[in-house]
Amino acid sequence: MYHYNDFDTAFVRNRVAQFRAQVGRRIDGSLTEDEFKPLRLMNGLYLQLHAYMLRVAIPYGTLNSRQMHQLAMIADRWDRGYGHFTTRQNIQYNWPKLRDVPDMLEALADVGMHAIQTSGNTIRNVTADHFAGAAADEVADPRPVAELLRQWSTDHPEFQFLPRKFKIAVTGAKADRAVIRSHDIGIQIIEKDGETGYRIIIGGGLGRTPMVGKVIRDFLPSADLLPYAEAIVSVYNQLGRRDNKFKARVKITVHEHGIDEIRRLVEERFALIRSGFSGVDQQLLNGIEAAFAPPAFDAAPIGPYAAAYGADPVFRSWADTNLSRHRAPGYAIVSISLKKHGATPGDASSKQMRVMADLAERFGHDELRISHEQNVILPHVRQGDLPAVHAALKAADLATANIGLISDIIACPGMDYCALATARSIPVAQEIATRFDELKLEHEIGPLKIKISGCINACGHHHVGHIGILGLDRAGVENYQITLGGDGTETTVIGERAGPGFAADAIVPAVERLIRAYLFLRSGPGETFLQTYRRLGLSPFKSALYDEVRADAA
Amino acid sequence: MSREFTPKVVTANDLIEGDAIWLTEDDGWTRDMAQAELIEDEAHGQLRLLHALSQHSVAVGAYLADAQLGECGPQPVHFREIFRTRGPSNHAHGKQESA
Repeated sequence: MYHYNDFDTAFVRNRVAQFRAQVGRRIDGSLTEDEFKPLRLMNGLYLQLHAYMLRVAIPYGTLNSRQMHQLAMIADRWDRGYGHFTTRQNIQYNWPKLRDVPDMLEALADVGMHAIQTSGNTIRNVTADHFAGAAADEVADPRPVAELLRQWSTDHPEFQFLPRKFKIAVTGAKADRAVIRSHDIGIQIIEKDGETGYRIIIGGGLGRTPMVGKVIRDFLPSADLLPYAEAIVSVYNQLGRRDNKFKARVKITVHEHGIDEIRRLVEERFALIRSGFSGVDQQLLNGIEAAFAPPAFDAAPIGPYAAAYGADPVFRSWADTNLSRHRAPGYAIVSISLKKHGATPGDASSKQMRVMADLAERFGHDELRISHEQNVILPHVRQGDLPAVHAALKAADLATANIGLISDIIACPGMDYCALATARSIPVAQEIATRFDELKLEHEIGPLKIKISGCINACGHHHVGHIGILGLDRAGVENYQITLGGDGTETTVIGERAGPGFAADAIVPAVERLIRAYLFLRSGPGETFLQTYRRLGLSPFKSALYDEVRADAA
Repeated sequence: MSREFTPKVVTANDLIEGDAIWLTEDDGWTRDMAQAELIEDEAHGQLRLLHALSQHSVAVGAYLADAQLGECGPQPVHFREIFRTRGPSNHAHGKQESA
């Protein structure tokens, strides 16, 4: 993986020193909050309901064991002994004190990490497929491109005051695990006539006005990536609306001007600036690609795996649910669930972080990934080592076999932490997971994505959940709206609103009615919730949600 | 006709700790909402808010929040303000720890 060069190191250290001085001036009264706020946001520091929150970037979700150990150390020393992994593959600390934050940033810089551009109207942390470099269905590893984009976008002088935040995601596979159609720019690495290039999608987004991204270039030669990306952001920087925050994202710019006009403007700008990229970017990319060279895969005998799979039903259930196919024979991709039934989605204790770091070091070529689904991935594990990995995870309460199932819920922090939230998300996720664990129905239900947001900004991706839940404040009471049929993959669809919302004590029973309807309606155990929904539409699910309630009320 | 004024407290976040604090009658700040000044007059409320906003070395983001008089003093009305007196529901962190 990529290691900071002298330039990166100096830049990040410099920024820490600047911010340390700024915090000092805020505390001694030389800076007011109005003056300080943009400075702290540039460095990922928010002020939430109960405390400050530090959002640390994990570029394209990739970490090594040393970095994960450091995240654990920071959690213990300056926070409450845990961290929260987010849908942007970041980690958030919920309890830092203002005077400690420069030390926390210094500790991050020690392991080549930072919190720069995790907030503000800039290009945010570039995300990527969490199976990058390991997936069997991949054309190319998306991380070198993501790292190139990180370097290009960090402190880019033209793009520090965009109309609104700007999010980029990259995938190297056809199966979209990076939600690229819901990003400001989505990049898919593709092959055409033996040449590698990119499909560029723009104007996707969730939030108040959800939109599916549109293809602006079907095939962009690989050498043109940076000038083309710069042309897109440049056109947006000029055209994007600054008069209305709710209409400022590029999805609205694309919607208002039309994709054809935006394409024309981008191509015009691209033609103008292209020659300024002399090829230095490609030399840089070559160096980055070398840093991401795959580890030397050496398929060891899978004997222990087969034996454990045959003998241990708990291991078998975990293996069936939490493993994915690896590109190298004899290897597997391990998804570690941070969704134990009843726990907070995405939270890991410092002890758990250390266990995962040690496993990566010992069994996983020293690599870890954070998924946008708020789980942790060991991308390269020999199949023969899986029983040992499983045993260690079990001992750390990390062996829940529920990846892709109903309790593998995305939930934003909601009103338990977030100052913007209109309702809580975490307790809803906890209760749904606990309820379906009690019912022992999870595996029978099969693949199902529930995504919960605590406000219209949709950090919990509810629009693209098969079942989406949006928490709102209705006349001073928490109320939850359900959307159905959303999909965040290569067949992205924005879910349909089912009808009126439910009170906090009625939302879990409502989800249960939906699931019981699905189990009754599906053509067989092989038909997933989403397939049944697509076959039958909203109507029978709407009946399941509302008819019984209406009958009770009558 | 403008809406009738409902009782308020002035609240903010502490500059260093970041946690919720409330303005008291004697111009101090408390971490216990019951000790806060309950404001029952709109014009007085505006003056108290202005005072709070001038305290930028102590308090961040001061605003007026609805409150009602309980047995021990002012209590929150809206659920968001209830959470601020307590802490998150998934961990026993924040104010509920010392309660």
